[in-house]
Amino acid sequence: MSQPIRVLLAKVGLDGHDRGVKVVARTLRDAGMDVIYSGLHRTPEEVVTAAIQEDVDVLGVSLLSGVQLTVFPKIFKLLSEQQADDLIVIAGGVMPDEDVAAIKEMGVREVLLQDTPPDLIVSTLRRLVAERGER
Amino acid sequence: MTPSRDLVARVAAGAVPAIGRMISRAEAGSPEARPALAEIYRRAGRAHVVGLTGVPGSGKSTLVATLTAHLRKAGQKVGVVAIDPSSPYSGGAILGDRIRMADHVCDAGVYIRSMATRGAMGGMARAALDAVDILDVAGFDTVIIETVGVGQDEVEIARASHTTVVVSAPGLGDEIQAIKAGILEIADIHVVSKCDRSDANRTLTDLKQMLTLGTLTAGRTEWRVPVIGLSAYKGEGFETLMTAIGNHRRVAFETEAGARRRAAIARFRLEKTAETLLIERFTRGAAPVAGPLAERLSTRDGDPYGLATELLEQALAPHASGAST
Repeated sequence: MSQPIRVLLAKVGLDGHDRGVKVVARTLRDAGMDVIYSGLHRTPEEVVTAAIQEDVDVLGVSLLSGVQLTVFPKIFKLLSEQQADDLIVIAGGVMPDEDVAAIKEMGVREVLLQDTPPDLIVSTLRRLVAERGER
Repeated sequence: MTPSRDLVARVAAGAVPAIGRMISRAEAGSPEARPALAEIYRRAGRAHVVGLTGVPGSGKSTLVATLTAHLRKAGQKVGVVAIDPSSPYSGGAILGDRIRMADHVCDAGVYIRSMATRGAMGGMARAALDAVDILDVAGFDTVIIETVGVGQDEVEIARASHTTVVVSAPGLGDEIQAIKAGILEIADIHVVSKCDRSDANRTLTDLKQMLTLGTLTAGRTEWRVPVIGLSAYKGEGFETLMTAIGNHRRVAFETEAGARRRAAIARFRLEKTAETLLIERFTRGAAPVAGPLAERLSTRDGDPYGLATELLEQALAPHASGAST
């Protein structure tokens, strides 16, 4: 009996564009996952606390405001303080190529930009959770 | 993988990651977690369990958030189990109750957990009561269960909580709705939300009259069900609600009626758990034998009751395992 994958989708900072993250939420729901949506304007502290309380497999951060190089260092620092290093962190939205490389360096496992087909989002999450294994 | 047993001590110490993981194990329902959950159940029983239910959009999540703020001011630690529906088609779910509770996310005295129903009926999730025990053992004084937005007869919450709060919103029906059977009967406390709206008085009056009728016919005296108007927008009515919940807590823990209620909760838990185990056993046992019986039913070589009885006997036979045959 396999459990549904649990995902927290989060919007961080002063970014009011949530059309995309809602489409992703719906896509993952239709793929049979439990999707928790944080709502807009969250802080890194709020997002990490929610991810740990909800014990999600995947934290997906949607960013269209260009703050990725500020937000992800904070998220990873908080995660390591909470010893939650087995959490899979992914990013989505719009950002320059050099930022994609930089946040992957920090520990973001995949960056799914604005032209990613829905099926690929689903298969990427399934692959990452399968690779992690039981916890 | 950390064995579930090793998590119990960390749960009791209030470690947030351990609480989160333990609830996931309970949700997964794997036999590996059962000894740990047994230990949790033995240690639980201290927290006041408040069930909160009402129709979709009546303001349950907003009420939970405001109630949590008031309970925190009174020095209590608050756990919240917020349930949203799973899709009957994909099995997936969007869990959005946290959005209304954003103010409390970084307060260490508040723990919020979202749960999907995953096919459970009655407005609850199967593991919701395990989650309540886990939060109880972790030191939360009040644990609030927020059910899915319910219709008229999802009343399971009243059989699982010490205090049941039913939230109604103005403008959803007349006084005939209020005398129907079902959800309105289960309230220990009635709340009418959105009382900043002009039609709220009508809803308050309808509910009060319904309760008066009930007292006339049944004469219940040990607890007078209050009807409380609230406005989260104006911040009105919450002191009254806090007092009512406090009073009902005393009824639940200090009176004979409360003791009977707690015994009934245990009985319900026992039967519900047995039902879960029975369904698991039936599902496993039925998988290899249901096909031929369904075939006979579709060709009218047998009737639904007769064949279903046969299916039950075969599926639950001691040797039926699902692996053999």
